[in-house]
Formats: sequence, structure tokens, C-alpha cells
Amino acid sequence: MASVTTAPPAPSARREGSTASRSVNDLAIRVGTVNGSGSQSSNLVLLRALNHMGIPCSGKNIFPSNIEGLPTWFHLRASARGYVAHRQDVSILVCMNEQTAADDIRRVAPGAVVIYRDDFKEDVSGLRDDVRMIAVPFQKLVEEAYPNDGTKSYRETLRKVINMVYVGVVAYVTGIELEAVEHGIRREFPGRKAKAGEVNIRAAQAGFGWAAEHLGSEPFACRVERMDATLGQILVDGNRASALGAVFGGASVMTWYPITPSSSLAEAAEEYFKRTRENGDGRKTFAVVQAEDELAAIGMAVGAGWAGARAITATSGPGISLMTEFVGLAYFAEIPVTIIDVQRMGPSTGLPTRTSQGDILKLHLLGHGDCRHPVLIPGSVKECFELTGEAIDLAQRFQTPVFVATDLDLGMNLWLSEPFPYPTRPLQRGKVLDAVDLQRRGGFGRYRDVDGDGVCYRTLPGTEHPAAAYFTRGTGHNESSGYSERPEDWRRNLDRLTRKLETARAELPRPVIAIEPGAKVGLIAYGSTDPAAIEARDLLRAAGVPVSYCRIRALPAADSVAEFVSKCDRVYVIEQNRDGQLCMLLRATLEGSLDDRLFSITHYNGIPIAAGDIVGPVLDWERNFQEHHIPSAQPSPPDPRGNGEGPVVSTE
Amino acid sequence: MSRAEATVPVHAGDRTFELPLLAFQGSPSTLCKGCGHNSITSALIDACKSLGINPYSTVKLSGIGCSSKTPAYFLNYSHGFNALHGRMPSVATGAALANARLTVVGISGDGDTANIGLGQFKHACRRNLPMVYLVEDNGCYGLTKGQFSATADLGAPLRRASGERNTTAPLDLCLEAIAAGASFVARSFAGDRKQLGTLLRAALAHRGMAFLDIISPCVTFNDFPESHKGWDWAKAHEEPLQELGFVPHFEPIEVEQVEGEATRVRMHDGSWITLRALSHAEHDVTDRASALRLLLESREADEFVTGLLYLDSDRPDFVTEQDLVDRPLALLDDESLRPSREAFEAILAEL
Repeated sequence: MASVTTAPPAPSARREGSTASRSVNDLAIRVGTVNGSGSQSSNLVLLRALNHMGIPCSGKNIFPSNIEGLPTWFHLRASARGYVAHRQDVSILVCMNEQTAADDIRRVAPGAVVIYRDDFKEDVSGLRDDVRMIAVPFQKLVEEAYPNDGTKSYRETLRKVINMVYVGVVAYVTGIELEAVEHGIRREFPGRKAKAGEVNIRAAQAGFGWAAEHLGSEPFACRVERMDATLGQILVDGNRASALGAVFGGASVMTWYPITPSSSLAEAAEEYFKRTRENGDGRKTFAVVQAEDELAAIGMAVGAGWAGARAITATSGPGISLMTEFVGLAYFAEIPVTIIDVQRMGPSTGLPTRTSQGDILKLHLLGHGDCRHPVLIPGSVKECFELTGEAIDLAQRFQTPVFVATDLDLGMNLWLSEPFPYPTRPLQRGKVLDAVDLQRRGGFGRYRDVDGDGVCYRTLPGTEHPAAAYFTRGTGHNESSGYSERPEDWRRNLDRLTRKLETARAELPRPVIAIEPGAKVGLIAYGSTDPAAIEARDLLRAAGVPVSYCRIRALPAADSVAEFVSKCDRVYVIEQNRDGQLCMLLRATLEGSLDDRLFSITHYNGIPIAAGDIVGPVLDWERNFQEHHIPSAQPSPPDPRGNGEGPVVSTE
Repeated sequence: MSRAEATVPVHAGDRTFELPLLAFQGSPSTLCKGCGHNSITSALIDACKSLGINPYSTVKLSGIGCSSKTPAYFLNYSHGFNALHGRMPSVATGAALANARLTVVGISGDGDTANIGLGQFKHACRRNLPMVYLVEDNGCYGLTKGQFSATADLGAPLRRASGERNTTAPLDLCLEAIAAGASFVARSFAGDRKQLGTLLRAALAHRGMAFLDIISPCVTFNDFPESHKGWDWAKAHEEPLQELGFVPHFEPIEVEQVEGEATRVRMHDGSWITLRALSHAEHDVTDRASALRLLLESREADEFVTGLLYLDSDRPDFVTEQDLVDRPLALLDDESLRPSREAFEAILAEL
């Protein structure tokens, strides 16, 4: 691998500007609560209310690895421009958890509004004089809204309902309509929960009413107003989207082992399988198995793929490690299997509830000996859906493990999306010979490259023909799958596998490239970094640094990535891992002398990347280049398209 | 008729057809001369032939080790998969789900099952995975040159100049299998072809986890006179529990019930196993506690008890429990695999 950065060091990222100025539909809210206190419903109600008002919005759960008791935060963002990336500098802070209140208050930007419980043991009102502190009698309000009904679970319910009071207060302060809040509550408490919903509506009304009475007509900095930008949009997390992708992508065997943050993917898939894939008498066109560990999960998927099923498994980093040996075998024995990695931080337990892109290089090279695998990298929930189905097809076509690399931010957070398109392309089965084919061909060699594309033909167990059977092995084999230790057999096989990967590379999802006319600087990003990269481009343009953008959607990278880099003097590769794994891979594999144009910008604290995490380092680097007059490695020829008016967006 | 022209009648559901003998045979063995595994391979070929097992719908799977090489030596017309060390059960599980019509034969060794693969083995038993699971048990690692496995005798000497003694007591795989939930558990000996053949035929007829621990001497590393996994000791000490008979479902049963000793057990597919007690007459093969007690007591007594230890023909198997459609998942068409646009729109409308 290429060594690390050779250019001057980039100073640390800086804060974005203050949010003190008045703004409409540019809102970021941080809610600090206690895990297990039922605040999730309240936060989703706020999200649904914003959505209902037609304002683009997003929500991120920054939660602990814990069932109950530890601090947890929820970030909500509303943006007229449609920005959905994480944002650190919030305009409204809600403190329901005394444990973290002081720390949260100290971090908030000047001019922000802080809404907190008036019954904290310590007085926090004096911590800041540059923010608007609002102490709310939450306990009193919730008890009034929901008097003791004598039920045994009253206290427990009250503890949850209190969170809906802050929804009302936030709604008043930001201008979220009470009608939208009530709509959100009814969505969160459908059917049999409707009665609880009414209690929660009263709680939200209590908060709203209290705020109206005590805050009067005070002008607050951040307001929301109705838009019509979310009509027809769906609100979904990436894991659910991937699950739908598996079910409607025709998966037939799903095996898994519980691991955060991928468990909800398998659970959602099972739910959808049961709803849609049982015939009239309840018999199934699928099997879902919760295996005893990830070794067994991948082993079952490999066995199923070998025998002809469309097999898929989902896991996260530590599970990927356990699957390594099987993935290496499936690569070499050429067995179709799809593996979704919902990435998280760290080794072992690490930070299981925090996001990362730290597996990306490992996924590409997983195994032992010479292995390389296609890795599809969704950048949105829609792509979680689409690329999961695509991966299943690619695995069949190329008879190899195919990874889908998502992460916790995409997988477990809710995102607004245009509705997914119903997939209409016939399911891809790859080169499978049945008894009739065998009769016509007079037999086959399992590892013979008949078509010259590196992709051989296979047969499925159960095929009734004397020539159908072959012996699958991890040992060295010849074209007829016979055991072989002959050096030329081994090498020829590996070379064919390289050829197969090259064939596959041309069929993988293309990068999404947006050329900014006249821009000398490029960004490369992938996966859940996309929203932050999009926002960063706008901010950089405003700061006088227009940038082109290439979002990689699959490994190995397409030729157009090298072409993109060749058109830029400098390209910043943005990643959510410490070592710039994709940057290393691109330096090592891009055709042409392009490696010294690549600069790594990394973000790796477990919190989803924000635009500021990109803009700061890019501006610092660029200033550095201007000040030190460091020329680019190879001056680019003038871009003939450089005279255009706006950015040219193309999907290659 | 010459051997090459000989054919074997094969039963595939309602159909019967002839396949050449070659369909049941395999490549020549590359194991050591005299290896117990070769005897087991022959017994397995005979059992498949005599039952008319359909090689086309049979898969042979294995882990890693000497025993795991043997699937190349039988059933030429069956797909084979030499998988990972200790992980054959998971591959078998996947294959059985992908195509529930397959007959799954798994070959493993004592290292492959009792050491590295104990977890997957026990979970396969727990699920009552429908398969025949053979452990060719020689108490040592052959391919890596004679190290102890988890079934090696306590106090056994390492076959090296140093000759260290094994200080760790062995696992009894039959005990483990019964405790975990396997529904057919037997122990046999590579040198007892008659009993082994009967047990293999019964195992192939069983619907559920049919586990056989077959003592199979390693002539290179563990065949000295006092080795409990050696030819001489095993021959001298084998104590068959029963005189076993097997009557496949397609043959009429003619068991004499006169002597009052023989019992017969009906299997799920209508086949019968007949048992005439030779020792431990008190043992009831349908009673799990009886089987566990027998194994524990015979271990204490240093007895080498063989035969059918436990049978439950009624316990539903894992694949049946999945309630799959008749057509194998592997062969489903697009319409069966992709739900309708209406179903899709209904789900999206909830989001």
C-alpha cells in the first residue's frame, strides 16, 4: 500500500459559523435523554411533524450500547435546501438528562435556545449568558396532562409521556404546527396504541400551551414554515431498506447472527418475508435461520448458495472477521453469496452503536491468499434497497461473494427518501446448466472458461445427468474441479479469477460524478458520507473553492474514477475511518500516475460526519497549497467544458 | 454381466430407474493402506446401492481431515463439497434448505467434529438437521501427523519419540449427540461390516439427524495394541448391543417374532429396524435416558459398546419445520421469489 500523506499536514477542522442569526427552515435540534426512557417516540414525532409540514428533515440517534439508563441523544435537522447530513452546531438543545445537561449546554453555539427540566438538582441557568435558557416544569405539566389513572404502570407510562411535553415546547419555539405534531403522534401510535396516542397528544399540547403562555411572542432565531418538498416521500432506515431489497431481490435463504447494528436488518427482512413470501396455505418460499454464530451464518449461506439458493447474510465488523475463512473459500470455490456489512466502530465490542467506514478495505480483500471481492457501497436508503437486490444478482452472475457495505448511520437512522422503484428486471441466475444443457453440450468443466470472461458454468445438486456432479473444494483444482497441485493449474485458476473480477468490475454500479466547471479540486467520498459531501460542496463553492465530486458506489473502482482524478489537480478522499482506507486502495490501484493527487481526509469519532468535517480540512489544505505555492504533481490540461454556467452532473 | 455393465436400480420418489455401478463409486482412495476410512467408504457405497439411493439427489459434504477427503471416493454422480475444518454442518444446513429434496451425507472426523467443529455439530443435532452424519473416529489427527484429538484415550501415548501421554479425558460424541438432540445415534466399528452396513442403511432411511460414530483405526498414528481406536483392541473388545436388521420401506417385512427377544422399530418412511439384544438387554433404544445411562456406564466399565443407541422417528426435522413450499428454493421462478408490486406498494405506504 502507498504510504500516508506527503503534503503539509492539515490543521484541525474548525467550527462552522454561529447559528445566532435568524433563519427559516434551517434548524438543528439536539435532545439529550436517558436511554430506555421512551424518548424515541417523541423524537420521531418531531421528525414526522417536520415531514408533514413539507420540510426536508433527518434524524440521527446517537445512542449508547445499553438497554436502559445511559445517556442518549437524538439529532434532528430541518433544511430548506435538503441537507440531511449530521450537524454539530445545533440551534435548539433539549436537556432531559441532568447527567449530561451541563456538558451539552457548554457545547452549544451562542444564540441557541436551551430547553431544560426545572427540577435538576444542580442549577444550570447560570452556565451560559449567550444562549436563551428556558426552564420548563416538565413534571408538573405531564402530571396535569395525564393525571394518575390508578393503573399499575402509571409511573412508568408517565416517565415516557413526559418526553412528549418537550415536543410541544420545541414546536412552539420553532413554529412547528400543533396539527403536524398531532399527526406525527397518530402515526407513531397507530391502531391499538391510539389510546396512548391521545395521552401523548395531551402532553404535547401541555408543552405547547405552557410555552405560549410563558414565552409569549418572543422571537426565536430558528423558525420553520411550511414547504412542499416532502410530498410522497417515505421515512425509512437503511436496514429496513436493505431488508426490502433482499425480499424483493428474490433472496431465498437468509442466515444471520445478532449483532448491532445489523440485527434490525435481518429482523425486518424476516418480517417482510413472512408478509409477502408465504403462499395460500402458509408455506414459505424462503428460509430465515438465526445461526449459532457468524461462522455458521456464512456457512449456511455458502451451502445454500452452492445448492442454488439466493443466499444472503447480514452482520457487522466482528462478524465479518468470523466469516473470513468461508468468504475465502467461497471466492476460490466460486459460490454465490451476498453479505451485508452494517459497519460500526472498533474491534470486539468497540463502539457498537456508533458509525464507521472502517471495514471497507478489509471487505474488498477478505480471505486468505489472493482474494478480491466486489463491494457495493450504498450512499442512501434508496441505494440500500437497490444495491442489496443488485448484489444478490451479481453474486449469481459472477459466482462469488458480493458485499454490501452500509454503516450504522445509514442502517439505523431514519432518512427521508423518494419511494423506491419496484424492481422489474428479471432475477439474474448466472451461468447454470441443467440436464438438458448438459445433454446438448455433452458435459462441462466446472472451472473451464468457455466464454473467455472468466465466468464458468456450474450445475446445481439435484441435476439428473451423469455429467452434472462435480466436487467443490478449497484445495487446488483443475478446470474439471479435480484435485491438483500443479503450479500451472493454480496460477491459471488465479489468473482466471482476476479476469472474472475485471468482467464483474464493468458491471458494478457506476460512480456518480458531478463535474464543477473550472474546478481544479475534486472530492471522492462513498456511502453515508454523501450527504455531508453534497453540503460541503455548496459551502466550499461559497468559500471560493469550487469542487467536483465523485461518489464511488462499488469496488473495485471503475475506470471513470481514474478519469475523474486525472481531471483534477488535487482530490480529497473523504472517509469515516482513521487511515484513509479507500485512499490507500486508490493510490495502489488507479491506472496512471495519479497517486500523488490524492489527499486523505478522515473522520473517525463514531459520530456521523458533518459538512464542517470536510469543509474545514479542505479549506486548510487549500490555503496551505496557495501559501506554499506547491504545484500540483501534473498540471491538468484546461477543461474544455470549463466555461459553463453551473455544475455538470452526470452519472457514468 | 461384467462389472462395468452392471446397473443398480435407483428409487427416486415414485420412479425407479437404473444407473451404472459407476454412479455409486468414486475416485481411488489416497488414504493409507489399511485405513479404517476405506472400509467405511465401501460400506457406504454398499448401503447406497442396496437402498437404491438416488445419487443425483444426494450431496456428500465434509470438513477437513483424512475422513473429509473420502467424499471423493464414493458416489461419482453426486455433488460433493469439501468445505472448512469443523464447518461441514453449517454448509449441510444451507444445502438442505436450498433443496429440501436432497439426501445429505456428511463425513467428518473426530478432530473435525469433536475439536474444531463441536459447536456446529451440536447445533446441527439440536436442530435435528435431516442428514446422515458420519464421524470416522480414530482418536488422532492424521493429515497433520498424529496429534491427539478430543476423542483420544486418556493416557494414550503420542506417536512420537517423546511419547507424551494424553492427560485430557475424551469426549464421547454419541453422548454429545444424544444430549444435543440428535434423533438417530449409533456407534459402530469399521471392522464390523455387517453391523455398519445395517446401521448405514437405517441412517439413510431416517428423517432427521442420523449420527454414527464409527471407530476407524488410523494405521499410521494410532493402531498400537492397547489403543482403543486400533484394529486389534476394537476387534477383541467390541460388544454389539444388538443383532440388527433393516427392512427398507419398499420390501415386505418378515420378522419372526417367535423368540420374544426381537423387537422392531418402525421408521418415519415405513422402513423397519429389527433388534435382537445381545448385551445390555435392559436398554431401550427409544429412551434417551436409557441411552445416556448405557453410555456413561459402559465408559466407566471400559466397554466398547456398538449398535443402535437411540432412535426417535417422530421428532420433526429442521427442514420440515421450515414449512417450505414443495419445489426446492433453489429452483423457484421469479414469480415465487419476488412478491407483487401491490405488496411492495403496500409496504411503502406504511413508511
